[in-house]
Amino acid sequence: MTSPLISVKDLTLRFKTDEGLVTAVNNVSFDIAPGEVLGLVGESGSGKSVTAKALMMLNAENSVYDDNSHITLNLDGEDIEVLSLKRPQDQMIIRGGAISMIFQEPMASFAPAITIGDQMVEQLLIHSDMTPAQAKDISIEMLTRVGIPEPAQRFGQYAFEFSGGMRQRAMIAMALSTKPRLLIADEPTTALDVTIQAQVIELMKDLVDEFHMSILFITHDLGVIAQTVDRVAVMYLGNLVETGTVRQVINSPAHPYTRGLLNSLPKLDDLEAPLTPVPGDIPSPLDRPSGCVFHTRCVESGAIAEKCRTEIPVYSSDSANHQVACHLATQGEQS
Amino acid sequence: MSDVLIEARNLSVHFPLRRLGFGERPVVRACEGINIEIEKGSFFGLVGESGSGKTTLGRAMLKAAPISLGEITYSDTDVTYDLGSLKGLELKEYRKRAQLIFQDPYAALSPRMTVRDIIAEPLEVMGITSSRAETDEKVREIAAKCRLNLEHLRRFPHAFSGGQRQRISIARALVSDPKFIVADESVAALDVSIQADVLNLLNSIQEESGITFLFISHDLSVIAHTCNFVAVMYLGQIVEAAPTHKLFSETAHPYTRALLSAIPSLDPDVRGHAQKLEGEIPSPINPPPGCRFNTRCPHAQERCRTEVPEWREMSSGHHVACHFSEELSAEFGT
Ligand SMILES: Nc1ncnc2c1ncn2[C@@H]1O[C@H](COP(=O)(O)OP(=O)(O)OP(=O)(O)O)[C@@H](O)[C@H]1O
Ligand SMILES: Nc1ncnc2c1ncn2[C@@H]1O[C@H](COP(=O)(O)OP(=O)(O)O)[C@@H](O)[C@H]1O
Ligand code: SF4
Ligand code: SF4
Ligand SMILES: [Mg+2]
Ligand SMILES: [Mg+2]
Repeated sequence: MTSPLISVKDLTLRFKTDEGLVTAVNNVSFDIAPGEVLGLVGESGSGKSVTAKALMMLNAENSVYDDNSHITLNLDGEDIEVLSLKRPQDQMIIRGGAISMIFQEPMASFAPAITIGDQMVEQLLIHSDMTPAQAKDISIEMLTRVGIPEPAQRFGQYAFEFSGGMRQRAMIAMALSTKPRLLIADEPTTALDVTIQAQVIELMKDLVDEFHMSILFITHDLGVIAQTVDRVAVMYLGNLVETGTVRQVINSPAHPYTRGLLNSLPKLDDLEAPLTPVPGDIPSPLDRPSGCVFHTRCVESGAIAEKCRTEIPVYSSDSANHQVACHLATQGEQS
Repeated sequence: MSDVLIEARNLSVHFPLRRLGFGERPVVRACEGINIEIEKGSFFGLVGESGSGKTTLGRAMLKAAPISLGEITYSDTDVTYDLGSLKGLELKEYRKRAQLIFQDPYAALSPRMTVRDIIAEPLEVMGITSSRAETDEKVREIAAKCRLNLEHLRRFPHAFSGGQRQRISIARALVSDPKFIVADESVAALDVSIQADVLNLLNSIQEESGITFLFISHDLSVIAHTCNFVAVMYLGQIVEAAPTHKLFSETAHPYTRALLSAIPSLDPDVRGHAQKLEGEIPSPINPPPGCRFNTRCPHAQERCRTEVPEWREMSSGHHVACHFSEELSAEFGT
């Protein structure tokens, strides 16, 4: 097996707030192989964006990483400990270099008073030895590649002059122009209409094939996941509760929470099927439940409810590397 | 004929913009030549991409957007209103009967009012109840329907989750005993589990009370699940309208077809089957001549660029505006 491009091990991240320490990410581990698309799903507030930002050290000042948290980036055989890159000049390797990020709100990631083109060029100049003329050529080529009509004119325009779909494409063009090894896409299609979403998904797939990069694809839309990723990690209240291939997780979900998300979805092939929401509300991160974090909403704990309330389930894996953190799974193994 | 609660005939809503230099004053044609009938007690879905005019149409039906051409008629057992000329006491009465559930659960609730006061406000403003005891009684009754308890009523909205805030908005809309509710995107910003919960609640309210709903969403799978009738909107016009099952089994407009196939399938083994639409929605200030969809339609012919397709009934209750619906519908069906 090839070594992973990036390996996250026991990542725990808290925020200092007026109300106390908030645990946003709890003991999370996952790997992304070169060329692999990993999907990260979960309800809003589950910690997806915070996890993604940790890979680039982009979390707010009030964040505290636990000492045994590790994020290791493997660049051409050399291991880089991301969390120990303390000085801004060291962080250049990751930010916009080896890793690029597409943000949830495309407007926020372009400076309003600088043209799209100048922003793309500036980024390339920081991360390469190109001349400004070369950087401009590459930028226009990238805008062409993502399907922006009349790219040379568009190069000189500002973000507010673009429609939502075009902004999202321009952001993808900018994120890809430095040829990152890992692209983090945080809800890249959530704000888009379905017909535009379909275009952007298609575009991203083509680009992965061509550039052979890895993607961390964050979304709360399981349909988008099914259509886009190789493997899925499901997050609930800062914990990873299940990981596996997209077929394992979507076709035979192993965690009650994953099953709950799937049962909440309206299905086009069966309009009469009732929608079954996960009961109750997601607890406050200030008030994390004991034992299994999902026990306050789980409909499957039944006879083992007491165990669920008190004991933290360990992560277990079947022979096909489908991993789940649930007492039901480990019980199945024993019996 | 069945009972129609609200009907739009040749309705257009235009927003004039500021003139830039000389020449004609630009106009946003947000809704253009709309003909629909919403039956009493139905759950009527309106779907379309951003900017297609869904909110504007919903607002016109609440008399909160200008009617530039055509008319909207509301007719219940006891009254008939022509919304264009409605004013004074009749308008006040209509405001009780027709309510809006807001699009964004986070922006909609005043942070300085308790949940009780938020729900009670319409009663007080409209003078529906005559004493505080009566108001409280009514608020409690509606709150219980929306699964909010007495403890919730004393708190401020910031303390609530997205799903609970949505239930507060719904309670506020229901408290004046409306006959007609426009629910605008009330599920789009929500997580799937909360969305399912809210849809179930709206459906049960509808079954219990017979309130007529106009339900606006981007998401055709949500609409399909919730509504018994669907209208599809594109660039200010309704391009197809039919009972839900017919819209799916006998799709007759290429845009409806494209919306349907753009919904990402939950099956990882059927990838990339979306029939892709090129380009983006044109501006409603300068809509394309002929069929407004012709710049993106994979089936467009020469005729589509010049001749506006007529809004016609293809089969009972199924309306469409496309020159080639019969051929295309047969093709889509196979
Ligand atoms: N008061 C107004 N003045 C000028 N233009 C307006 C006004 N209200 C709406 N419009 C325009 O009318 C068109 C239709 O807008 P509308 O809000 O009805 O769309 P929508 O289908 O609800 O979109 P979304 O899905 O994004 O909510 C848009 O081009 C919008 O910019
Ligand atoms: N700077 C911060 N200070 C305090 N809490 C934060 C901060 N940033 C994020 N959080 C909290 O971390 C949790 C996870 O947030 P986020 O990763 O944005 O969720 P998601 O992307 O899954 O919707 C939330 O409870 C959020 O409020
Ligand atoms: S450990 Fe228990 S509470 Fe947690 S998901 Fe499994 S069955 Fe449910
Ligand atoms: S009238 Fe022509 S352009 Fe319009 S939807 Fe039909 S085929 Fe397409
Ligand atoms: Mg997020
Ligand atoms: Mg709207």
